Amino acid sequence: MILAALIVIPLLAAVAVAAGAPARLTSLAAAVLNAVLTVAALMAFKTGEVGYQLAATLFTVLPSPDLKLSVGVDGLSLVMVLLTALVSLGAALASPSTVARGSLRLYHASVLLITAGAMGAFVSTDLFFFYAFHELALIPTFLMIGLFGTGDRRTAAWKITIYLGLGSLILLAGLAALFLNLGGTTFDMAKLTVAAQTTPMAAGTQSWIFLTLLIGFGILISLFPFHSWAPQAYACAPTPVAMLHAGVLKKFGLYGLLKVALPLLPLGSQSAWVLNLLLFALLGNILWIGLVTIAQRELDLMLGHSSVMHMGYIFLGIASHHLIGLTGAVLLMFAHGLSIALLFFLNGVIRSAAGTTHFDRFGGLAKQAPRLGLMFGLATFASIGLPGLANFSGELLVFFGAFKNVAAGGTLWLPLATILALWGVVMSAVYGLRAYRSIFMGQPGANPATVPDLTTTGLLTALVFVIPLLLLGFFPNLLLDLVRPALAALHG
Amino acid sequence: MTALLPATILFLPLLAAAKILLLPKPMKGLAPAVSVGSVVLTLILSLVLWAKTGSDSTTVTLGSWINLGDMLQLNIGFKINALATGMMLVVTFIGTLVHLFSLAYMKDDDGKARYFAGLSLFMFSMTGIVLADNLAMMFIFWELVGVSSYLLIGHWFEKNSAAEAAKKAFLTNRIGDFGFMIGILMLWKATGSVTFDGIESAVRGMTVDPGWLTAAILCIFCGAVGKSAQLPLHVWLPDAMEGPTPVSALIHAATMVAAGVYMMIRVSFLLALPDAATAAHVIAWTGGLTALFAALCATQQNDIKKILAYSTLSQLGYMVMAVGLLAKEAAFFHLFTHAFFKALLFLGSGAIIYACHHEQDIWKMGGLARKLPRTTLTFLIGTAALIAVPFVTSGWYSKETILHAAHAHGGLLFYIGAGTAFLTAFYMTRLCVVAFLGTPRAHGADHAHEVPKIMLLPLVILAVPSVIGGFSFFAGRFLTLPPADHDHASHVPMIASLIALASGVSLGWLLYRGRDRDPVRISLLARKFFIDELYASLVSWGQDAVARIIHYVDILIIDGLGVRGLSGLAAVVGGGLRRLQGGNLQAYGFLFGCGVVVLLFIALSLH
Repeated sequence: MILAALIVIPLLAAVAVAAGAPARLTSLAAAVLNAVLTVAALMAFKTGEVGYQLAATLFTVLPSPDLKLSVGVDGLSLVMVLLTALVSLGAALASPSTVARGSLRLYHASVLLITAGAMGAFVSTDLFFFYAFHELALIPTFLMIGLFGTGDRRTAAWKITIYLGLGSLILLAGLAALFLNLGGTTFDMAKLTVAAQTTPMAAGTQSWIFLTLLIGFGILISLFPFHSWAPQAYACAPTPVAMLHAGVLKKFGLYGLLKVALPLLPLGSQSAWVLNLLLFALLGNILWIGLVTIAQRELDLMLGHSSVMHMGYIFLGIASHHLIGLTGAVLLMFAHGLSIALLFFLNGVIRSAAGTTHFDRFGGLAKQAPRLGLMFGLATFASIGLPGLANFSGELLVFFGAFKNVAAGGTLWLPLATILALWGVVMSAVYGLRAYRSIFMGQPGANPATVPDLTTTGLLTALVFVIPLLLLGFFPNLLLDLVRPALAALHG
Repeated sequence: MTALLPATILFLPLLAAAKILLLPKPMKGLAPAVSVGSVVLTLILSLVLWAKTGSDSTTVTLGSWINLGDMLQLNIGFKINALATGMMLVVTFIGTLVHLFSLAYMKDDDGKARYFAGLSLFMFSMTGIVLADNLAMMFIFWELVGVSSYLLIGHWFEKNSAAEAAKKAFLTNRIGDFGFMIGILMLWKATGSVTFDGIESAVRGMTVDPGWLTAAILCIFCGAVGKSAQLPLHVWLPDAMEGPTPVSALIHAATMVAAGVYMMIRVSFLLALPDAATAAHVIAWTGGLTALFAALCATQQNDIKKILAYSTLSQLGYMVMAVGLLAKEAAFFHLFTHAFFKALLFLGSGAIIYACHHEQDIWKMGGLARKLPRTTLTFLIGTAALIAVPFVTSGWYSKETILHAAHAHGGLLFYIGAGTAFLTAFYMTRLCVVAFLGTPRAHGADHAHEVPKIMLLPLVILAVPSVIGGFSFFAGRFLTLPPADHDHASHVPMIASLIALASGVSLGWLLYRGRDRDPVRISLLARKFFIDELYASLVSWGQDAVARIIHYVDILIIDGLGVRGLSGLAAVVGGGLRRLQGGNLQAYGFLFGCGVVVLLFIALSLH
């Protein structure tokens, strides 16, 4: 019942906020409660056991075809639940107690709905609810960008709505095709996996369905060239929404690829032409968007682009089709979720104080705001993949995995792609350190923007992200031990 | 041996750094004590480690860092042998003296706590490199020394020049590390291992494709090119002099920059393979050319720290050349002696700069021999070792072994080495004559006073190994000396060194004695062959211009066409609803509704 509570608590809190409960307090209480429950789930979870744990069926929608609201976690989904709990805690801490326009109740209720949707998507063991919960999280996301965003928020909201709406539809088509081709009798993901193994589809069918899913999920993940919605949306989004979407919701697509597309379509995901397309696309994420990120002069747009770029590494881990690379991809999903949420949080602190994030308006900020400087420095170091922070461990495994599998195919294309992707590590350092240099180091510009240092709450919010990033940087096995059995079971 | 002792040596400085970071504000004054305490302890423990190890070689594992079963095991483990313990003594000995020197040098600095935390972080990272038993762990600490170097170069981060220098150092090293990582992956793929012992036994037992091996070695070498500032990635080191001078002494002269050489010595079993001859050749030439190039640049610099920085580049070039000539003992011997006399010279320059009220231009000094007699004496001892005054200085012995190796190898590299020796004698004579003799040429030098004792003490201590560090009774205890082959050794290298020394010193003396301005003006050398300018334009016209173009293409084509196409589609889909309130949300709600309905419809129709 722990897992059901993870969905129900934010839902109830949203209703309570809408009904008049004190908004910030209620959402904070819900986030804390969810974090505690997640820890309880982690402790109840038995590492190394295959299959869903803490499983429960809450409600049967249809007996045949088998459609029910049921929850359960394996190591992979548990990691995503932990990510959601941490980011939503940070987002709740970062949510304001007053808003300049619109209703504070709506604001907090929306953040809670996003959390509930994300939790639901990761704990659902039923394909239908896996999809539906994600949709539930998207609607308040669009709403909040449109209502509470900054800058050209209407255009941004419109763009992300169309883009992700279309992505969801393509995804839906792919999932429907998958469902029908696997017998059309059940939405239960475990049973679907068995069906995929006992009565495998033809390789050609698999390839086409996989491609559909790849495009559908890909749009949600901002796979090149379907990325252009992301930077602007994040730049305009209110801080908690940018944190939750870039940190958690974007990982839904990757989770879907690992949990649904790869295991159910083993031949399709490894067919040469699909793999080649994916490699081109992910190199687009890393090299093309890497260069675009270097060209940015505003922090929020730079962060948005960098988050698009980093998806490339996770895709590389997936494309490696090797357990080392897949494990690295999951570690990187988790680490990136935390580091980008932290960066968007700090970006929000800077933007709300200075009214701008343009590099030219800042300089030497570490002097007046040392805590902010330290936290931003740690987040930047995490994001550019420095050892000691979790992102590095993930990237390293991705590179090992992708480089390894080359030998099997006898082609040098995957190692070559790995080497090209490695150049991205240099590009990340270029834009990351340039941003830090412009904002926090050097002399204040001619027209300096002032930013106060992090408050105690602000410091606490940052620590929600920094502590796990450091912990997993030093002890990545903590997470790998959870993930590896689950991935091994899914990907044989 | 258990992993306890090396693990303590490794993590003690990290604890010190963490402790300083977590000290509450009113107690930040304790930071120097914490940092100095940890470095003194690690020095003592390193001595114990060295005494216990002797000439044994052991590998101990502390624990698993990444455990993916039989697919991949990356451990935190230590390969402890004479090379590692000798290097640890160099690092902790000079580290201790630099910490002591910093107590005085950084006394009034606002960011003192941050500075000492950075030094401790550096000691942690450097220890990791030295003790690592595998390439992955070495890479981790390799990056971490880069971080501490970044933090310390940028210590005075409000200064634009310091901020730029820190960034440049990090980015240049990242380019080297890009190659290093590829090299690690290639070796792992070829041998299935990342540990030094595992790789060594694998390459002994089978043949790796020669092309693959050569590429792997050269990729690994890229890491050394970055860290040890060899051509063409040397540009960061002179700029790194923006950091506080004790940092220049410890990190950018004696230890971290030597890590590239150390790493290549750790993997020198690869270079000894018959198929690695080409790679070794490339490495030797990279070192030789760097030695010559940097010595040429040093002859026309005016900033005392810049002269010493180019001198460091040049000496590192000697070491790299020795590695490429398969004379790893000679390389480490020179690394060992150079660490002492170059740390001495840098700390000496720090004392001079401190005494001259932060003046770094040698042309604004003059007559310092009378004002700062003790500092001058120690500086001259360091200079004597650097220019290899025969028989009585450490530098003479170690440089001789490298020149012997180059001579035995034959070819042009020997002449490059001898020419560099001549240039070294010349530019150091220039520095000393201009700074110490004559009369003060500026206010700062005129009012210079001898530095406090706590700054003088490390200079005096360092002067001792700068003299005796090359004698076999001393050096032989800490490292494996190159095999002496007196019977067959040619006298050519020794004669060449003596000629180089005598002519270099004489030329410097004749040209610069009694001068108030530089009589030689060679802008190609003063501007360092315009390589910085070349790189700056490559970055702004290459990377940045391309980035801007791609940025616009991304907006115009991908975003423009993509979104325009999509909005057309959405206009059709959501057109009716849009009219209600011009709302995108309704359109989305419609799409979402469609999705759920379609899926339910499929499910129900099967029911």
